Amino acid sequence: MPEVTYREAVRDGIAQAMRADDRVFIMGEDIAEMGGSMGVTQGLLDEFGPDRVRNTPISEMAIVGAGIGAAMAGMRPIVEIMYEDFLTLSLEQIVNQAAKHRYMSGGQLTVPLTIRTQGGAGWSPGAQHAQQLEAWLVHVPGLKVAYPSTPEDVRGLLWTAIHDDNPVVLFEHRLLYPVKGEVPEQLEPIPFGRARVVREGTDVTVIAIGPLVHRTLEAAKQAEEDGISVEIVDPRTLQPLDEEMLVASVKKTNRAVVAHEAVTRMGFGAEVTAVLQHQAFDYLDAPIERVGAKFTPLPFAPVMEQYVVPHAEDVLAAIKRTVA
Amino acid sequence: MAFHWSATLTGGAYTPGTLAKVERETAVGEGTLRAFLHDMLLIRRFEERVEDRFRAGELPGFLHVAIGQEAIAVGVARAMEDDDIFASTHRAHGHTLARGSNPRRVMAELYGKVEGVSHGYGGSMHLYDIEHGNYGANAVIGGGLPAVTGAGLAFKMRNEPRVAVAFFGDGATNIGTFHESLNLAQLWRTKTVFVCENNHWAESTPGWQHSPVWDDMSKRALAFNMRSLKVDGQDVEAVYAAATEALEYARSGQGPVFLDIPTYRMHGHYIGDPQVYRSKEDREAAAFHDPIPRLRERLGLSDEEFEAFDEEAHRVVDDALEFAKNGTDPKPEDALKNVYA
Repeated sequence: MPEVTYREAVRDGIAQAMRADDRVFIMGEDIAEMGGSMGVTQGLLDEFGPDRVRNTPISEMAIVGAGIGAAMAGMRPIVEIMYEDFLTLSLEQIVNQAAKHRYMSGGQLTVPLTIRTQGGAGWSPGAQHAQQLEAWLVHVPGLKVAYPSTPEDVRGLLWTAIHDDNPVVLFEHRLLYPVKGEVPEQLEPIPFGRARVVREGTDVTVIAIGPLVHRTLEAAKQAEEDGISVEIVDPRTLQPLDEEMLVASVKKTNRAVVAHEAVTRMGFGAEVTAVLQHQAFDYLDAPIERVGAKFTPLPFAPVMEQYVVPHAEDVLAAIKRTVA
Repeated sequence: MAFHWSATLTGGAYTPGTLAKVERETAVGEGTLRAFLHDMLLIRRFEERVEDRFRAGELPGFLHVAIGQEAIAVGVARAMEDDDIFASTHRAHGHTLARGSNPRRVMAELYGKVEGVSHGYGGSMHLYDIEHGNYGANAVIGGGLPAVTGAGLAFKMRNEPRVAVAFFGDGATNIGTFHESLNLAQLWRTKTVFVCENNHWAESTPGWQHSPVWDDMSKRALAFNMRSLKVDGQDVEAVYAAATEALEYARSGQGPVFLDIPTYRMHGHYIGDPQVYRSKEDREAAAFHDPIPRLRERLGLSDEEFEAFDEEAHRVVDDALEFAKNGTDPKPEDALKNVYA
């Protein structure tokens, strides 16, 4: 199997979908000649031309909203929101429009729209370019939310998102773009709502998303040295959520940690924790531990930024608390 | 027979920053005008009945009527082609009926019945009827404008002879979606027509309090170098002619058109609105500009002839009401359907 970066996997997923279906096109800020602020869409303009690879004005409401309208009119648009912080500008369109047209119309309409965005800490971009807001969108009925952590997952989930008849918000993490991984020769769509066991273990389950999957892998190696066997499960899609697999893993290990880069308070881990306590209460040997960012905006100074976001050591500490 | 109408044509397609008066001729026969009267009266009687039934406590939710603005709904809707689509606002009964949705199904929606155009999921502020091109009445001011731009983009990309139409009021011209949508539409020359129904009220706030260009919304279009047509919203014949022109231009792929249509909201923002913010003189002025007597006069109808139109409208509304009241309530658990495709 070829090894590609996460960035290349996203690009390949978009390109393959565009080759396969004329209804697929992409629009966003600086995605054409520049190839996107993260270089993800480089080369697409050359292959598909300006009609299908559209630079937009800085107009997040119109970018998402035009995607909604094109989707309702029979296209399968992909829109890119340059930084997920800017999702806030388009939230009206995502929450009130994309998520609800099907419902309010009594099932007459579909909105097959894919919204790609990226974010995360690590480059010290400060408080308006590094947030993790995935939990906001999981709260809205009518949306699907994916947060792939590997090249294979992002390509397969992106394909599914583009071909899904519902609006999908797909989160990419800035630090994942250079991460390499093997992908199948032929693109294999990954169904939504199927978690993946990243690593098998017996003592504690860590349910992690995005970059925390990788940080948890590091933590698991260290825990192994202390004789703790860690199982890692990546839900991959947050809505729909593979509750069955998460619960099954925790019933096996009897301990659970949830980990993401977003702030802990009201983060996605809060929902997972609620699911686990309800469905695996009698199996738990320790309180469920939560790992996330401290409750503060992302600061600029690198030392402060690194202090706020969770690292492998934080996951390791949480693991150890569960087995203490 | 041919009627004359005049409109003020502005925009980048001509000479930016200047106004050019154009005189046009259009062949709207008397039969067509009679059809317009039929539609306008139907909408008027429908909405009056909705007000009446709301006050009687039969209708849930928030309801807004467009009494006084019927000439815009009918003039634009009648100019549209079968495959054209539109998005509307919280004041959507007229647009929906004018595009041919069954009055029974529109009324049933207001009663929250399964037979309703949105099957009870939408209500007055969310009327949808895809078969008749209604891609959604929107309860967020300006909420539908980006989607209409995107639909117009899809028609352009696929080279289809279709147009997406957005209805909105003057209040919407101050929200971000309006500016982002007009900019994008003009930039990409989408097949879109923006219909600004300027009734000079944003809920209770008068135009002069909410916009520096409240009495000439075409200046908004000018800022985006977009072609615009200003037309009297109480003159259905003129609205029809302007809409025909705008739709033809957009359909050709040359770009969007902004219809600047001053009109009068004869009633309150919502049903039950005591309109404490509005003078008696202002209300009287609105009533004075009622488009229905004007069209009746245009057609030179006798009392008997007009009565015949009116009776027909009442009959259709009676039937719609009867149908709606006898409609089927959704099962409560149907609320869980249609969340995802």
